Amino acid sequence: MRYLPLSPSDRSAMLGVIGAATIDDLFVDVPVAARRDQPVDLPFHQGELEVERALSAMAGHNRTAGQGPFFCGAGAYRHHVPATVDHIIQRSEFLTSYTPYQPEIAQGTLQYLFEFQTQVAALTGMDVANASMYDGSTATAEAVMMAARVTRRGKAVLSGGLHPHYARTAETLAKVAGVQVQRLDAAIDGEAAVLEAIDDDTACVVVQTPNLFGTVTDVTAIAAAAQAKGVLLIVVVTEVVSLGLLKSPGEMGADIVVAEGQSIGNALNFGGPYVGLFAAREKYVRQMPGRLCGETVDADGRRGFVLTLSTREQHIRRDKATSNICTNSGLCALAFTIHMSLLGEVGLRKLAMINHAKARDLRDGLMGVPGVEILTERFFNEIAIRVPTNAAALVETLAGQGILAGVPVSRLSPKGGMDDVLLLCATETTTSSDIAALVAALKGAF
Amino acid sequence: MSMNSVGRPTRPTLVATLPGAIPATLGGGRGLLQDEALIFEREGWDSSGVDLPEPSQDASDLGDMVRRAPIGLPGLSEPEAMRHYVRLSQKNHAIDLALYPLGSCTMKHNPRLNEKMARLPGFADVHPLQPQSSVQGALELMDQLAHWLMTLTGMSAVAMSPKAGAHGELCGLLAIRAAHEARGDARKRVLVPTSAHGTNPATAAFVGYEVEEIAQTADGRVDIADLAAKLGPDVAAIMVTNPNTCGLFERDVIQIAELVHAAGAYFYCDGANFNAIVGRVRPGDLGVDAMHINLHKTFSTPHGGGGPGSGPVVLSAALAPFAPTPFVVKRGEAYELVEYREGEAVQAFGRLCAFHGQMGMYVRALSYMLSHGADGLKQVAEDAVLNANYIKARLSGVMSAAFEGPCMHEALFDDHWLEGTGITTLDFAKAMIDEGFHPMTMYFPLVVHGAMLIEPTETESKAELDRFCDVLLLLAEAAKAGDVERFKGAPFHAPLRRLDETLAARRPRLRWRPELSTDVAAE
Repeated sequence: MRYLPLSPSDRSAMLGVIGAATIDDLFVDVPVAARRDQPVDLPFHQGELEVERALSAMAGHNRTAGQGPFFCGAGAYRHHVPATVDHIIQRSEFLTSYTPYQPEIAQGTLQYLFEFQTQVAALTGMDVANASMYDGSTATAEAVMMAARVTRRGKAVLSGGLHPHYARTAETLAKVAGVQVQRLDAAIDGEAAVLEAIDDDTACVVVQTPNLFGTVTDVTAIAAAAQAKGVLLIVVVTEVVSLGLLKSPGEMGADIVVAEGQSIGNALNFGGPYVGLFAAREKYVRQMPGRLCGETVDADGRRGFVLTLSTREQHIRRDKATSNICTNSGLCALAFTIHMSLLGEVGLRKLAMINHAKARDLRDGLMGVPGVEILTERFFNEIAIRVPTNAAALVETLAGQGILAGVPVSRLSPKGGMDDVLLLCATETTTSSDIAALVAALKGAF
Repeated sequence: MSMNSVGRPTRPTLVATLPGAIPATLGGGRGLLQDEALIFEREGWDSSGVDLPEPSQDASDLGDMVRRAPIGLPGLSEPEAMRHYVRLSQKNHAIDLALYPLGSCTMKHNPRLNEKMARLPGFADVHPLQPQSSVQGALELMDQLAHWLMTLTGMSAVAMSPKAGAHGELCGLLAIRAAHEARGDARKRVLVPTSAHGTNPATAAFVGYEVEEIAQTADGRVDIADLAAKLGPDVAAIMVTNPNTCGLFERDVIQIAELVHAAGAYFYCDGANFNAIVGRVRPGDLGVDAMHINLHKTFSTPHGGGGPGSGPVVLSAALAPFAPTPFVVKRGEAYELVEYREGEAVQAFGRLCAFHGQMGMYVRALSYMLSHGADGLKQVAEDAVLNANYIKARLSGVMSAAFEGPCMHEALFDDHWLEGTGITTLDFAKAMIDEGFHPMTMYFPLVVHGAMLIEPTETESKAELDRFCDVLLLLAEAAKAGDVERFKGAPFHAPLRRLDETLAARRPRLRWRPELSTDVAAE
């Protein structure tokens, strides 16, 4: 067994040192009724070649995004990741280390987390960011809980432009914590509607920009109006590349910003692992969930980094913690940081411009398809269109022709009454021939 | 003096130097260990390590939504980025370097085959919202992994989507809460042993339960009498780690389950220590109703410096109807991902995250399972337990074991043996760093004074265990001989000495700021 170093003679020598006759002597505390002498009913061990064959066969039954024209977004985005990123995150010292609880021998992890926090704070326009959350949706749910703690109020208002899975995730958590959630009806361009739902018990309003339908919103006025009533503004960003082109949520007055960081450094991975970004105003730092890395000095006065403010966390505060979260998304955060360092400000701005330009090309192409209505006016790299047929069926048909034509809204919100609305995204990986193929296929589809 | 084939001496000339007499380097470097500034402290932020074409259009259509002010993101060319991160990496301990005996964390070898498999485009380059007909292989993989998890645990269902152990606890308690509510029997309390992981009480409180502690017996197990006294009609669940955080199997686990069930409550098992029993004991046979499985512990997906984890939750038949969406079902030859439940099946408690969980971790875990098979996994548990007991046997003469009898996959010591030396558990741990080992888990579980929890895992050879034990025995002798400075000042040989955590918390600096840069450099 290639992963098990002990030989039979090692085992018997070690049992001798322990003073046990057989391995069973070490399992004496297991109730007799639950002891199993025989292996469970599963296949026996296999060599690397056989495992590789079995898994490759499964992988071969999936259509990959790179196989043809591809327009799916809606919370997960296909971007090109430089080869350097994946090489570095596979270094043993990053891949096979644990949470940096012993800072003297974990400065590599701690320094990149400090750089990550700084990059996220800069990108979102906020004062502080944590060392990451599981993903954008769980970060959103945690932000709602945090707003309830900060304001000591019990209601959250979610815009109709918020990703339905994010809304459902927040609802699931808020319900058991006694926080009431009001979800507004889906709207292509209606983030400001959250203001009308504010009452005396409202802790926060949650808006997304670009929203599910791709609409970009200036939330400056929403921030001011909410804050005048003591309500926190939580801004959700599912496509962080947009922040290379658009005003940051911090600049527009957000109190908490949460984002899905997958676009930078991380593959689609069929939905995970991803990396949640969480940033806030400085005054709320002690109410934030998750790990924080901070700067300090060592016994010789040299600069170093440690996990800090851990009196918020479960391993210290137990049932009084701000969240039950223990891990972060360490390696995905590292991938984010490396990719962002490679891009730099110059690269990120350019990448964002290219994405926007590609989406405009896509929009222009779709405008030439009879029967298609463009629903999104101000967008970054994603748009919603209305088609004269069932969007989910259309996507299936086009998939049969080798085109992954986007995400039907009904997939996310089956009873939302938007069965004819389709979300399409273009990134730097989209080519003009991809767009031409989509347009041609749509022209033949209805 | 002996020479090698090119005429160089094979041993350095011995120069008598005291540690204090080693001359400092002139430029601040230390051999292979490079000082490395933050990316924000470099000259010139305009570099980029990515070549992109010039955008074909402007963004005038977005008007004043366009960001004008600088963002504050420095860029590095590719060689600079490579050096920066490789230099940082060299300041980390890793399993691939040496034993990483963190109790409760299961730091085992991470097979690289798993990494290769997770990067197959058929898994990595697949979007979570593609039509289901185009992702049948991905759904098949989830279904296979679910089958392995259910078979290994003897449970009827599994919720795959939780993204880490603590997220799995959340999933389990939400299912339990939903099950009680479905009967119109909302309950208020969750019982947790004093030795529990911090996530247990934190999760119970997070979902709105009052947390009550159960006492522990002198032999490190749940106090059944105290449990029986605290159970009542308002208790929703008990959360027990088994094997527990003292590294001991809960002998009375079946009786615990019976008591809990008789009170109408559910038995949540924290599966962090499943590695000790995988393939040998099925939690379903012990009366467990829900248990999370840390794929990053038992099933070897890398810890990655603190994540990403993955925490699927196996559920008993009683809790299965309350599992969250999404989940995979097989209909005929086709796999279906059920993302919404309608009609009769609306008992699902909701959704835990945007998509379907940690697919990248599923691939790695299944790769690990297929490699070991049923026979290999049983051997995993046996070798993990053997290694821990070997360490316990070798060290017990000098260090004081917290409990009598065999342990499971981790050996727990207290600090009684350090009494009178002036050396604490923390000091001892920091001296281990100088010897090239990562310290064990310290001061946890809370029920043991000055706890030192050592979990070697099954992927350590006897030679490495012996090296580790030899060093710990030498250190223990030094401690008892009064060599206090070796411990109090440790580590001396790590990239940094002990860090001032009080300063970090009192004056939080959580990001780089230009105005603090020179100030920092001066410190």
